[in-house]
Amino acid sequence: MALYSEKVMDHFRNPRNVGSIENADGIGEVGNCKCGDIMKMYLKIDGDIVTDVKFETFGCGSAIASSSMATELIKGKPIHEVMKLTNKAVTEALDGLPAHKLHCSVLAEEAIQSALQDYCTKNNLDYNSL
Amino acid sequence: MIYADNAATTKMSSAAINSMIDCIKNDWGNPSSLYSFGQRAKEILSSARKNIAECINADPDEIYFTSGGSESDNQAILSAAKIGAKKNKRHIISTTFEHHAVLHTLEKLKKEGFEIELLEVHENGIVLPEQVKNSIREDTCLVTIMFANNEIGTIQPIEEIGKICREKKIIFHTDAVQAAGHLPIDIKAQNIDMLSISAHKFHGPKGIGVLYARKGVALSNLIEGGAQEKGKRAGTENLPAIVAMATALKSACENMKVNSEKVSALRDKLIEGLEKIPHCELNGDRENRLPGNVNFCFEGIEGESLLLLLDDKGICASSGSACTSGSLDPSHVLLAIGRPHEVAHGSLRLSIDETNTPEEIFCIVKSVAEVVDYLRNMSPLWKDKVCGKREFVLR
Repeated sequence: MALYSEKVMDHFRNPRNVGSIENADGIGEVGNCKCGDIMKMYLKIDGDIVTDVKFETFGCGSAIASSSMATELIKGKPIHEVMKLTNKAVTEALDGLPAHKLHCSVLAEEAIQSALQDYCTKNNLDYNSL
Repeated sequence: MIYADNAATTKMSSAAINSMIDCIKNDWGNPSSLYSFGQRAKEILSSARKNIAECINADPDEIYFTSGGSESDNQAILSAAKIGAKKNKRHIISTTFEHHAVLHTLEKLKKEGFEIELLEVHENGIVLPEQVKNSIREDTCLVTIMFANNEIGTIQPIEEIGKICREKKIIFHTDAVQAAGHLPIDIKAQNIDMLSISAHKFHGPKGIGVLYARKGVALSNLIEGGAQEKGKRAGTENLPAIVAMATALKSACENMKVNSEKVSALRDKLIEGLEKIPHCELNGDRENRLPGNVNFCFEGIEGESLLLLLDDKGICASSGSACTSGSLDPSHVLLAIGRPHEVAHGSLRLSIDETNTPEEIFCIVKSVAEVVDYLRNMSPLWKDKVCGKREFVLR
Protein backbone atom coordinates (compact mmCIF):
# COMPACT_ATOMS: atom_id res chain seq x y z
CA MET A 1 0.00 0.00 0.00
CA ALA A 2 1.18 3.48 -0.82
CA LEU A 3 2.17 5.80 2.03
CA TYR A 4 -0.68 8.22 1.27
CA SER A 5 -4.26 7.94 -0.02
CA GLU A 6 -5.13 9.09 -3.54
CA LYS A 7 -6.81 12.14 -2.03
CA VAL A 8 -3.72 13.16 -0.07
CA MET A 9 -1.59 12.81 -3.19
CA ASP A 10 -4.12 14.81 -5.22
CA HIS A 11 -4.06 17.68 -2.72
CA PHE A 12 -0.29 17.45 -2.45
CA ARG A 13 0.26 17.48 -6.22
CA ASN A 14 -2.43 20.06 -6.95
CA PRO A 15 -2.79 22.08 -3.78
CA ARG A 16 -5.85 24.34 -3.68
CA ASN A 17 -5.65 27.96 -2.50
CA VAL A 18 -1.86 28.31 -2.31
CA GLY A 19 -0.53 31.81 -1.75
CA SER A 20 -1.23 34.83 0.41
CA ILE A 21 -3.95 37.47 0.68
CA GLU A 22 -3.00 41.11 0.76
CA ASN A 23 -4.72 42.94 3.60
CA ALA A 24 -6.03 39.67 5.01
CA ASP A 25 -8.53 40.02 7.86
CA GLY A 26 -6.82 37.28 9.83
CA ILE A 27 -3.42 35.61 9.58
CA GLY A 28 -2.32 32.56 11.57
CA GLU A 29 1.06 30.86 11.61
CA VAL A 30 1.81 27.68 13.57
CA GLY A 31 4.58 25.10 13.80
CA ASN A 32 8.31 25.75 13.74
CA CYS A 33 11.22 25.20 11.45
CA LYS A 34 13.03 22.95 13.94
CA CYS A 35 10.26 20.34 13.61
CA GLY A 36 10.12 20.82 9.86
CA ASP A 37 6.51 22.09 9.66
CA ILE A 38 5.25 25.67 9.37
CA MET A 39 1.71 26.49 8.25
CA LYS A 40 0.41 29.96 7.52
CA MET A 41 -3.27 30.74 6.81
CA TYR A 42 -4.71 33.95 5.43
CA LEU A 43 -8.45 34.66 5.83
CA LYS A 44 -10.67 37.20 4.11
CA ILE A 45 -13.83 37.68 6.14
CA ASP A 46 -16.93 39.50 4.99
CA GLY A 47 -19.65 39.83 7.59
CA ASP A 48 -19.58 36.41 9.19
CA ILE A 49 -18.45 34.55 6.09
CA VAL A 50 -14.91 33.42 5.28
CA THR A 51 -15.00 34.58 1.68
CA ASP A 52 -11.43 33.70 0.79
CA VAL A 53 -8.58 31.67 2.24
CA LYS A 54 -5.00 31.05 1.15
CA PHE A 55 -2.17 29.07 2.69
CA GLU A 56 1.61 28.75 2.64
CA THR A 57 3.27 25.64 4.04
CA PHE A 58 6.80 24.48 4.74
CA GLY A 59 6.55 20.77 5.38
CA CYS A 60 6.05 17.25 4.18
CA GLY A 61 3.48 15.88 1.73
CA SER A 62 0.78 15.42 4.34
CA ALA A 63 1.35 18.94 5.74
CA ILE A 64 0.77 20.46 2.30
CA ALA A 65 -2.25 18.21 1.63
CA SER A 66 -3.76 18.96 5.07
CA SER A 67 -3.42 22.71 4.51
CA SER A 68 -4.98 22.44 1.08
CA MET A 69 -7.91 20.33 2.29
CA ALA A 70 -8.50 22.60 5.29
CA THR A 71 -8.82 25.66 3.03
CA GLU A 72 -11.37 23.84 0.87
CA LEU A 73 -13.39 22.87 3.92
CA ILE A 74 -13.70 26.42 5.24
CA LYS A 75 -13.94 28.55 2.11
CA GLY A 76 -17.35 30.28 1.88
CA LYS A 77 -18.40 28.98 5.32
CA PRO A 78 -19.75 31.06 8.23
CA ILE A 79 -17.25 31.79 10.99
CA HIS A 80 -19.08 29.72 13.62
CA GLU A 81 -18.67 26.66 11.38
CA VAL A 82 -15.04 27.42 10.56
CA MET A 83 -14.29 27.62 14.29
CA LYS A 84 -15.52 24.07 14.69
CA LEU A 85 -13.23 22.58 12.03
CA THR A 86 -11.32 19.73 13.63
CA ASN A 87 -8.21 17.86 12.58
CA LYS A 88 -10.43 14.78 12.43
CA ALA A 89 -12.58 16.39 9.75
CA VAL A 90 -9.46 17.27 7.73
CA THR A 91 -8.10 13.73 8.10
CA GLU A 92 -11.42 12.15 7.12
CA ALA A 93 -11.77 14.40 4.09
CA LEU A 94 -8.31 13.21 3.02
CA ASP A 95 -9.39 9.55 3.37
CA GLY A 96 -7.05 9.20 6.33
CA LEU A 97 -3.41 9.93 7.16
CA PRO A 98 -0.72 7.56 8.47
CA ALA A 99 -0.64 7.61 12.30
CA HIS A 100 2.70 9.42 12.47
CA LYS A 101 1.36 12.13 10.14
CA LEU A 102 -1.80 13.00 12.10
CA HIS A 103 -0.03 16.00 13.64
CA CYS A 104 -0.13 17.64 10.19
CA SER A 105 -3.93 17.79 10.33
CA VAL A 106 -3.67 19.18 13.88
CA LEU A 107 -1.44 21.96 12.56
CA ALA A 108 -4.06 22.80 9.90
CA GLU A 109 -6.76 23.09 12.57
CA GLU A 110 -4.49 25.22 14.75
CA ALA A 111 -3.45 27.50 11.87
CA ILE A 112 -7.10 28.31 11.09
CA GLN A 113 -7.92 28.93 14.77
CA SER A 114 -4.87 31.14 15.05
CA ALA A 115 -5.99 33.15 11.99
CA LEU A 116 -9.46 33.56 13.53
CA GLN A 117 -7.91 34.74 16.76
CA ASP A 118 -5.89 37.29 14.83
CA TYR A 119 -9.12 38.46 13.19
CA CYS A 120 -10.69 38.88 16.65
CA THR A 121 -7.71 40.83 17.99
CA LYS A 122 -7.68 43.13 14.98
CA ASN A 123 -11.41 43.80 15.32
CA ASN A 124 -11.71 43.90 19.09
CA LEU A 125 -13.91 40.83 19.16
CA ASP A 126 -14.19 38.12 21.77
CA TYR A 127 -13.09 34.82 20.19
CA ASN A 128 -15.41 32.80 22.38
CA SER A 129 -18.46 34.82 21.40
CA LEU A 130 -17.90 34.50 17.67
CA MET B 1 12.69 5.78 -14.12
CA ILE B 2 15.99 7.27 -13.03
CA TYR B 3 17.35 5.27 -10.11
CA ALA B 4 19.57 7.39 -7.86
CA ASP B 5 19.30 5.56 -4.54
CA ASN B 6 22.11 3.03 -4.77
CA ALA B 7 23.13 3.69 -1.18
CA ALA B 8 19.75 2.22 -0.17
CA THR B 9 20.05 -0.78 -2.44
CA THR B 10 21.33 -1.69 -5.89
CA LYS B 11 19.93 -3.59 -8.83
CA MET B 12 21.34 -7.11 -8.97
CA SER B 13 23.75 -7.68 -11.84
CA SER B 14 22.77 -10.20 -14.52
CA ALA B 15 25.82 -12.29 -13.63
CA ALA B 16 24.78 -12.40 -9.96
CA ILE B 17 21.18 -13.30 -10.87
CA ASN B 18 22.35 -16.06 -13.22
CA SER B 19 24.74 -17.54 -10.67
CA MET B 20 21.96 -17.48 -8.06
CA ILE B 21 19.44 -19.18 -10.34
CA ASP B 22 22.00 -21.76 -11.41
CA CYS B 23 22.67 -22.60 -7.78
CA ILE B 24 18.95 -22.81 -6.94
CA LYS B 25 18.28 -25.08 -9.92
CA ASN B 26 21.32 -27.31 -9.88
CA ASP B 27 23.14 -27.11 -6.58
CA TRP B 28 20.43 -27.00 -3.97
CA GLY B 29 21.97 -29.59 -1.72
CA ASN B 30 22.82 -28.92 1.91
CA PRO B 31 26.58 -28.27 2.33
CA SER B 32 26.42 -30.17 5.63
CA SER B 33 25.20 -33.39 3.97
CA LEU B 34 27.60 -36.30 3.61
CA TYR B 35 26.64 -37.60 0.15
CA SER B 36 28.38 -36.22 -2.90
CA PHE B 37 25.49 -33.93 -3.94
CA GLY B 38 25.80 -32.20 -0.56
CA GLN B 39 29.56 -32.18 -0.77
CA ARG B 40 29.32 -30.46 -4.13
CA ALA B 41 27.34 -27.68 -2.47
CA LYS B 42 30.07 -27.52 0.17
CA GLU B 43 32.69 -27.05 -2.53
CA ILE B 44 30.69 -24.23 -4.10
CA LEU B 45 30.43 -22.64 -0.65
CA SER B 46 34.21 -22.91 -0.16
CA SER B 47 34.87 -21.45 -3.57
CA ALA B 48 32.57 -18.45 -2.86
CA ARG B 49 34.29 -17.94 0.49
CA LYS B 50 37.69 -17.99 -1.22
CA ASN B 51 36.61 -15.50 -3.88
CA ILE B 52 35.27 -13.09 -1.29
CA ALA B 53 38.38 -13.45 0.87
CA GLU B 54 40.57 -12.55 -2.12
CA CYS B 55 38.59 -9.34 -2.71
CA ILE B 56 39.66 -7.96 0.69
CA ASN B 57 43.02 -9.78 1.00
CA ALA B 58 41.79 -12.02 3.83
CA ASP B 59 42.06 -15.78 4.35
CA PRO B 60 38.94 -17.83 3.59
CA ASP B 61 38.97 -18.96 7.26
CA GLU B 62 38.34 -15.38 8.29
CA ILE B 63 35.11 -14.98 6.28
CA TYR B 64 31.80 -15.61 8.08
CA PHE B 65 28.52 -15.43 6.18
CA THR B 66 25.72 -13.51 7.87
CA SER B 67 22.32 -12.11 6.92
CA GLY B 68 23.84 -8.72 6.06
CA GLY B 69 25.50 -5.58 7.35
CA SER B 70 23.39 -5.14 10.47
CA GLU B 71 24.00 -8.66 11.72
CA SER B 72 27.72 -8.35 10.99
CA ASP B 73 27.91 -5.06 12.90
CA ASN B 74 26.02 -6.54 15.85
CA GLN B 75 28.15 -9.67 16.03
CA ALA B 76 31.44 -7.81 15.60
CA ILE B 77 30.71 -5.28 18.32
CA LEU B 78 29.19 -7.71 20.82
CA SER B 79 32.11 -10.12 20.29
CA ALA B 80 34.72 -7.44 20.89
CA ALA B 81 32.82 -6.26 23.95
CA LYS B 82 32.82 -9.78 25.38
CA ILE B 83 36.55 -10.14 24.80
CA GLY B 84 37.05 -6.76 26.47
CA ALA B 85 34.85 -7.54 29.46
CA LYS B 86 36.89 -10.66 30.22
CA LYS B 87 39.92 -8.41 30.67
CA ASN B 88 37.85 -5.82 32.53
CA LYS B 89 38.09 -3.42 29.59
CA ARG B 90 34.81 -1.66 28.93
CA HIS B 91 35.66 1.49 26.98
CA ILE B 92 34.57 1.66 23.31
CA ILE B 93 35.42 4.38 20.79
CA SER B 94 33.19 5.15 17.82
CA THR B 95 31.79 8.20 16.02
CA THR B 96 28.57 10.21 16.23
CA PHE B 97 27.51 9.38 12.67
CA GLU B 98 27.72 5.60 12.52
CA HIS B 99 24.89 3.52 11.10
CA HIS B 100 22.20 2.67 13.65
CA ALA B 101 23.25 -1.00 13.50
CA VAL B 102 26.40 0.20 15.27
CA LEU B 103 24.95 3.00 17.41
CA HIS B 104 22.03 0.95 18.75
CA THR B 105 24.33 -1.97 19.58
CA LEU B 106 26.60 0.45 21.44
CA GLU B 107 23.60 1.85 23.33
CA LYS B 108 22.75 -1.68 24.41
CA LEU B 109 26.29 -2.16 25.69
CA LYS B 110 26.11 1.15 27.54
CA LYS B 111 23.18 -0.22 29.54
CA GLU B 112 25.37 -3.20 30.39
CA GLY B 113 28.03 -0.96 31.89
CA PHE B 114 30.27 -0.15 28.93
CA GLU B 115 31.51 3.39 28.44
CA ILE B 116 30.87 4.58 24.90
CA GLU B 117 32.87 7.51 23.53
CA LEU B 118 31.53 8.94 20.27
CA LEU B 119 34.03 11.10 18.41
CA GLU B 120 32.96 14.26 16.56
CA VAL B 121 33.19 14.11 12.78
CA HIS B 122 33.55 17.84 12.07
CA GLU B 123 31.85 19.88 9.35
CA ASN B 124 33.39 17.79 6.57
CA GLY B 125 32.18 14.50 8.02
CA ILE B 126 35.62 13.01 8.65
CA VAL B 127 37.10 11.87 11.95
CA LEU B 128 40.83 12.47 12.47
CA PRO B 129 43.24 9.66 13.41
CA GLU B 130 44.58 11.92 16.20
CA GLN B 131 41.14 11.97 17.80
CA VAL B 132 41.21 8.19 17.99
CA LYS B 133 44.78 8.20 19.30
CA ASN B 134 43.94 10.75 22.00
CA SER B 135 40.84 8.88 23.11
CA ILE B 136 42.46 5.48 23.57
CA ARG B 137 42.74 4.44 27.22
CA GLU B 138 44.09 1.47 29.14
CA ASP B 139 40.60 0.00 29.25
CA THR B 140 39.66 0.57 25.60
CA CYS B 141 38.51 -2.73 24.10
CA LEU B 142 37.19 -1.68 20.69
CA VAL B 143 37.37 1.06 18.08
CA THR B 144 34.50 0.86 15.57
CA ILE B 145 34.49 3.45 12.81
CA MET B 146 32.72 3.17 9.48
CA PHE B 147 34.71 2.97 6.24
CA ALA B 148 32.44 5.43 4.43
CA ASN B 149 29.28 7.11 5.64
CA ASN B 150 25.98 5.87 4.23
CA GLU B 151 24.30 9.27 4.01
CA ILE B 152 27.00 11.76 3.09
CA GLY B 153 29.52 9.31 1.61
CA THR B 154 32.58 10.65 3.40
CA ILE B 155 35.53 8.25 3.50
CA GLN B 156 37.30 7.85 6.84
CA PRO B 157 41.10 7.52 7.32
CA ILE B 158 40.77 3.78 7.93
CA GLU B 159 44.40 2.82 7.32
CA GLU B 160 45.75 5.38 9.80
CA ILE B 161 43.14 4.49 12.42
CA GLY B 162 43.91 0.81 11.90
CA LYS B 163 47.60 1.45 12.41
CA ILE B 164 46.99 3.25 15.69
CA CYS B 165 44.72 0.47 16.96
CA ARG B 166 47.18 -2.25 15.94
CA GLU B 167 50.02 -0.52 17.77
CA LYS B 168 47.88 -0.26 20.89
CA LYS B 169 46.59 -3.84 20.42
CA ILE B 170 42.98 -2.71 20.35
CA ILE B 171 40.38 -4.44 18.17
CA PHE B 172 39.42 -2.29 15.18
CA HIS B 173 36.09 -2.94 13.47
CA THR B 174 34.85 -1.06 10.44
CA ASP B 175 31.36 -1.04 8.94
CA ALA B 176 32.32 -1.25 5.26
CA VAL B 177 28.77 -1.71 3.97
CA GLN B 178 28.95 1.36 1.70
CA ALA B 179 32.60 0.82 0.79
CA ALA B 180 32.82 -2.82 -0.27
CA GLY B 181 32.93 -3.14 -4.04
CA HIS B 182 33.33 0.64 -4.39
CA LEU B 183 36.62 1.40 -2.60
CA PRO B 184 39.79 -0.72 -2.34
CA ILE B 185 39.78 -2.81 0.84
CA ASP B 186 42.89 -4.63 2.06
CA ILE B 187 42.42 -5.82 5.60
CA LYS B 188 46.14 -6.49 6.02
CA ALA B 189 47.43 -3.16 4.69
CA GLN B 190 44.64 -1.30 6.48
CA ASN B 191 45.10 -3.17 9.80
CA ILE B 192 41.45 -4.11 10.06
CA ASP B 193 40.46 -6.75 12.64
CA MET B 194 36.77 -6.96 11.83
CA LEU B 195 34.76 -5.71 8.89
CA SER B 196 31.08 -5.78 7.86
CA ILE B 197 29.83 -6.20 4.29
CA SER B 198 26.35 -6.33 2.76
CA ALA B 199 25.84 -7.83 -0.72
CA HIS B 200 22.92 -5.72 -1.91
CA LYS B 201 25.05 -2.57 -1.93
CA PHE B 202 27.21 -3.87 -4.79
CA HIS B 203 24.64 -5.47 -7.13
CA GLY B 204 24.32 -8.64 -5.08
CA PRO B 205 21.19 -10.01 -3.40
CA LYS B 206 19.53 -8.78 -0.19
CA GLY B 207 19.68 -10.72 3.06
CA ILE B 208 23.28 -11.83 2.76
CA GLY B 209 26.50 -10.35 4.05
CA VAL B 210 29.93 -11.04 5.46
CA LEU B 211 31.64 -10.57 8.73
CA TYR B 212 35.39 -10.69 8.35
CA ALA B 213 37.13 -11.48 11.64
CA ARG B 214 40.89 -11.74 11.81
CA LYS B 215 42.29 -15.03 13.10
CA GLY B 216 42.62 -14.74 16.84
CA VAL B 217 39.58 -12.50 17.29
CA ALA B 218 37.06 -14.78 18.98
CA LEU B 219 33.49 -14.35 17.80
CA SER B 220 30.49 -14.77 20.10
CA ASN B 221 27.35 -16.24 18.58
CA LEU B 222 24.20 -14.30 17.92
CA ILE B 223 22.56 -17.47 16.58
CA GLU B 224 23.09 -20.89 18.17
CA GLY B 225 22.19 -24.25 16.78
CA GLY B 226 24.67 -25.70 14.35
CA ALA B 227 28.23 -26.17 13.22
CA GLN B 228 27.98 -23.88 10.19
CA GLU B 229 30.51 -21.02 9.91
CA LYS B 230 32.84 -22.83 12.29
CA GLY B 231 30.08 -22.92 14.88
CA LYS B 232 29.92 -19.12 15.05
CA ARG B 233 26.75 -18.59 13.04
CA ALA B 234 24.24 -21.42 12.99
CA GLY B 235 21.72 -22.09 10.24
CA THR B 236 21.89 -23.79 6.85
CA GLU B 237 23.92 -21.57 4.56
CA ASN B 238 21.98 -19.43 2.07
CA LEU B 239 24.10 -20.84 -0.72
CA PRO B 240 22.35 -19.22 -3.74
CA ALA B 241 22.73 -15.79 -2.12
CA ILE B 242 26.31 -16.49 -1.07
CA VAL B 243 27.25 -17.54 -4.62
CA ALA B 244 25.57 -14.45 -6.08
CA MET B 245 27.32 -12.22 -3.51
CA ALA B 246 30.69 -13.69 -4.48
CA THR B 247 29.95 -13.14 -8.18
CA ALA B 248 28.87 -9.55 -7.54
CA LEU B 249 31.81 -8.66 -5.28
CA LYS B 250 34.37 -10.18 -7.61
CA SER B 251 32.94 -8.27 -10.55
CA ALA B 252 32.72 -5.02 -8.55
CA CYS B 253 36.36 -5.33 -7.48
CA GLU B 254 37.59 -6.22 -10.96
CA ASN B 255 35.80 -3.21 -12.47
CA MET B 256 36.36 -0.88 -9.54
CA LYS B 257 38.87 1.44 -11.17
CA VAL B 258 36.89 1.94 -14.39
CA ASN B 259 33.55 2.31 -12.59
CA SER B 260 34.96 4.59 -9.95
CA GLU B 261 36.37 7.00 -12.53
CA LYS B 262 33.15 7.01 -14.51
CA VAL B 263 30.85 7.42 -11.52
CA SER B 264 33.04 10.10 -9.87
CA ALA B 265 32.90 12.16 -13.05
CA LEU B 266 29.09 11.89 -13.12
CA ARG B 267 28.94 12.71 -9.42
CA ASP B 268 31.01 15.86 -9.91
CA LYS B 269 28.75 16.95 -12.76
CA LEU B 270 25.73 16.41 -10.52
CA ILE B 271 27.32 18.41 -7.71
CA GLU B 272 28.26 21.25 -10.06
CA GLY B 273 24.73 21.35 -11.45
CA LEU B 274 22.97 21.36 -8.09
CA GLU B 275 25.33 23.92 -6.61
CA LYS B 276 23.88 26.52 -8.96
CA ILE B 277 20.60 26.43 -6.99
CA PRO B 278 20.70 29.37 -4.55
CA HIS B 279 21.02 28.72 -0.82
CA CYS B 280 22.03 25.09 -0.88
CA GLU B 281 25.18 23.31 0.29
CA LEU B 282 26.88 19.99 -0.32
CA ASN B 283 26.99 17.82 2.81
CA GLY B 284 30.32 16.17 3.54
CA ASP B 285 33.82 16.55 2.16
CA ARG B 286 33.96 17.15 -1.57
CA GLU B 287 37.11 15.12 -2.25
CA ASN B 288 37.03 12.24 0.21
CA ARG B 289 33.64 10.86 -0.69
CA LEU B 290 32.21 7.73 -2.29
CA PRO B 291 32.25 7.87 -6.10
CA GLY B 292 28.45 7.77 -6.31
CA ASN B 293 27.37 9.91 -3.35
CA VAL B 294 25.81 13.36 -3.59
CA ASN B 295 24.05 14.90 -0.61
CA PHE B 296 22.71 18.45 -0.44
CA CYS B 297 20.71 20.60 1.95
CA PHE B 298 18.25 23.05 0.38
CA GLU B 299 17.11 25.91 2.54
CA GLY B 300 13.40 26.63 3.13
CA ILE B 301 11.96 23.30 2.02
CA GLU B 302 11.27 19.88 3.52
CA GLY B 303 12.78 16.67 2.17
CA GLU B 304 9.74 14.41 1.99
CA SER B 305 7.80 16.75 -0.32
CA LEU B 306 10.94 17.03 -2.42
CA LEU B 307 11.17 13.22 -2.73
CA LEU B 308 7.47 12.82 -3.57
CA LEU B 309 7.66 15.39 -6.36
CA LEU B 310 10.89 13.90 -7.72
CA ASP B 311 9.13 10.52 -7.69
CA ASP B 312 6.39 12.07 -9.85
CA LYS B 313 9.16 12.95 -12.30
CA GLY B 314 10.44 9.37 -12.17
CA ILE B 315 13.48 10.02 -9.97
CA CYS B 316 14.24 7.73 -7.00
CA ALA B 317 16.19 9.48 -4.23
CA SER B 318 16.23 9.72 -0.43
CA SER B 319 16.33 12.35 2.31
CA GLY B 320 17.37 12.77 5.92
CA SER B 321 14.29 14.76 6.91
CA ALA B 322 12.39 13.76 10.05
CA CYS B 323 9.41 12.71 7.94
CA THR B 324 11.50 10.20 6.07
CA SER B 325 13.54 9.05 9.07
CA GLY B 326 10.40 7.99 10.92
CA SER B 327 11.29 10.04 13.99
CA LEU B 328 10.81 13.64 15.11
CA ASP B 329 14.44 14.50 14.48
CA PRO B 330 16.14 14.76 11.14
CA SER B 331 19.13 12.56 10.26
CA HIS B 332 21.70 12.14 13.05
CA VAL B 333 24.41 12.27 10.39
CA LEU B 334 23.45 15.77 9.24
CA LEU B 335 23.16 16.95 12.85
CA ALA B 336 26.61 15.41 13.51
CA ILE B 337 28.22 17.58 10.82
CA GLY B 338 26.62 20.64 12.41
CA ARG B 339 23.60 21.24 10.19
CA PRO B 340 20.80 22.90 12.17
CA HIS B 341 17.47 20.99 12.32
CA GLU B 342 15.80 23.46 9.98
CA VAL B 343 18.30 22.84 7.18
CA ALA B 344 18.68 19.10 7.85
CA HIS B 345 14.94 18.68 7.12
CA GLY B 346 15.63 19.89 3.58
CA SER B 347 18.24 17.30 2.61
CA LEU B 348 18.48 15.19 -0.51
CA ARG B 349 20.72 12.16 -1.10
CA LEU B 350 21.35 11.03 -4.65
CA SER B 351 23.49 7.91 -4.94
CA ILE B 352 24.35 6.99 -8.51
CA ASP B 353 26.17 4.09 -10.12
CA GLU B 354 27.94 3.16 -13.35
CA THR B 355 24.67 2.63 -15.22
CA ASN B 356 23.53 6.25 -14.85
CA THR B 357 24.07 8.42 -17.93
CA PRO B 358 25.08 12.08 -18.40
CA GLU B 359 21.54 12.67 -19.77
CA GLU B 360 20.09 11.33 -16.53
CA ILE B 361 22.36 13.62 -14.51
CA PHE B 362 21.16 16.58 -16.55
CA CYS B 363 17.54 15.53 -15.98
CA ILE B 364 18.09 15.17 -12.21
CA VAL B 365 19.64 18.65 -11.96
CA LYS B 366 16.80 20.21 -13.94
CA SER B 367 14.10 18.37 -11.97
CA VAL B 368 15.59 19.15 -8.55
CA ALA B 369 15.92 22.85 -9.47
CA GLU B 370 12.28 22.96 -10.57
CA VAL B 371 10.93 21.14 -7.53
CA VAL B 372 13.01 23.17 -5.05
CA ASP B 373 11.78 26.38 -6.67
CA TYR B 374 8.15 25.20 -6.61
CA LEU B 375 8.28 24.20 -2.93
CA ARG B 376 10.06 27.39 -1.93
CA ASN B 377 7.31 29.41 -3.57
CA MET B 378 4.76 27.94 -1.17
CA SER B 379 7.04 27.98 1.89
CA PRO B 380 6.38 30.71 4.50
CA LEU B 381 9.86 29.99 5.87
CA TRP B 382 11.48 30.77 2.51
CA LYS B 383 9.34 33.89 2.10
CA ASP B 384 10.46 35.18 5.52
CA LYS B 385 14.09 34.66 4.50
CA VAL B 386 13.70 36.40 1.16
CA CYS B 387 12.08 39.45 2.76
CA GLY B 388 14.67 39.54 5.54
CA LYS B 389 12.46 38.51 8.49
CA ARG B 390 14.63 35.46 9.05
CA GLU B 391 18.28 34.93 8.24
CA PHE B 392 19.55 32.51 5.62
CA VAL B 393 21.52 29.63 7.08
CA LEU B 394 23.19 28.51 3.86
CA ARG B 395 25.09 30.80 1.53
